[in-house]
Amino acid sequence: MFTNLKRVFNFALVDFFRNKGISIAAIFVLTTTILLITGLFFMHGVSNFLISTIQNKIDITAYFKADVPEQDILNAKDEILKISSEVKNVEYISKEDALYDFTQKHGDDPTISGALQEVGGNPFLPSLNIIMASGASGYEKVATILQGDQFIDLIEKVDFSQKKVTIEKIFSISATINKFGLILAVILFLVAIVVVFNTIKLAINGSREEITTMRIVGASSWFIKSPFIIQGAMFGFVSFIICFFVTFILAFLVSSSVEIIMPGFNLFKYFTSNIFIIILIQLGFGVAMGVVSSFIVVNKYLKV
Amino acid sequence: MIKFQNVTKIYQENIIVLQDVSFEIKEGEFVSIVGKSGAGKTTLIRMILGLEFPTYGEVFFDGESVSKANSKILQKIRRKIGSVYQDYRLLPAKTVYENVAYIMEVEGKENEEIEVEVPRVLEIIGLGDKMNNFPRELSGGEQQRLSIARALSGKTVVLSTHNREIVNKLGKRVITIENGIIIRDEEKGRFII
Repeated sequence: MFTNLKRVFNFALVDFFRNKGISIAAIFVLTTTILLITGLFFMHGVSNFLISTIQNKIDITAYFKADVPEQDILNAKDEILKISSEVKNVEYISKEDALYDFTQKHGDDPTISGALQEVGGNPFLPSLNIIMASGASGYEKVATILQGDQFIDLIEKVDFSQKKVTIEKIFSISATINKFGLILAVILFLVAIVVVFNTIKLAINGSREEITTMRIVGASSWFIKSPFIIQGAMFGFVSFIICFFVTFILAFLVSSSVEIIMPGFNLFKYFTSNIFIIILIQLGFGVAMGVVSSFIVVNKYLKV
Repeated sequence: MIKFQNVTKIYQENIIVLQDVSFEIKEGEFVSIVGKSGAGKTTLIRMILGLEFPTYGEVFFDGESVSKANSKILQKIRRKIGSVYQDYRLLPAKTVYENVAYIMEVEGKENEEIEVEVPRVLEIIGLGDKMNNFPRELSGGEQQRLSIARALSGKTVVLSTHNREIVNKLGKRVITIENGIIIRDEEKGRFII
């Protein structure tokens, strides 16, 4: 058994180096395909980052009546947090904080500061700023509760209806991006499988006669199949090594440029923090495609 | 070892390739099958190897019906019979040495034995200096010799050929087929068609 195992490995190795043209073609196609799949993985990371950045900018503000004591507002904050687990963050902004923020923002504008002096005192209302983890429907649910009987004596107004259209639009765009991204990934994945399968088929096609002859001389099925399957695995493994280093170098080189376009997104950090998933995708896809394609093609020729 | 008992092979549309063929081949025998193109030589060899089965009649290997044999038995039959086709059926991606060694590897022979036996066989057939060449680099005659060398090594050999010279030189058993019928079966035969 061990001798036979050594023999089939030797056959695979000899053919791999002897048919350099075929090996290079198969590795090239597999490498391109794996890079494409890796690219999709990075795109997924980028789109997730963009979506969460945009979603974090969406909020809903409940303005309290000017005479509501601070403790009541803080109690209301606790109540809101209990409404749903989808409530990500509730921030209390007192009258003073609101005024401070406003003057910080518009202090340099004489018209606005003049208007503020004209009004006299602090015209701002205390508020709670709410950020949800879920989509547009989650915001609507919280807004409805805030506008309901429970808070009617406390809350002056809920700043949701003005933002409603924008919130819904952003979530609809996010959902569309995710949906199309998934469809695109599936299509590209299928195309990749077909291309790799056909390349392996072409690589083995030349051995069709050889496979028939091997059968005639009494070689067992596994003795015929194994070298081709091992060779398929070798194509996949070499492609993985190439892809891994290409991905590593590219992520390192373009990381700073990407960070300029998307502040807060470090491509190289994304690569290193997902390194095991990337290895799994690249190695798994490469070797699995090589092995499965070889297996199917050789089996087909063995039946002839 | 091999027994054909009233074997008839009919392909679709009533093309009769072999008709009521009966003969026996003993273990270790060297048999040449000769005949014109389309006489049924290849079909006959394919039936011996269990690659095709009779429409009527039966082919036996060591008393067992080949058509009922499982894949393990078929592999055993194919290993015991060295078949030499008209088109040689060499392994084009393997060298001359590897072509002969492959058969021995399939039989499960040890590497030490293969390393001694293959050069010896190749020396005998005059291909000792072409061990590292590929079949495409050999002449037609050399390819045929390689094909025979591969089939040898103490096995029962069935040779299908159009090469008169080789059959006459061998002086072994010759079965002549014409239109699917055995018209001659001689112990020390000659190529006569």
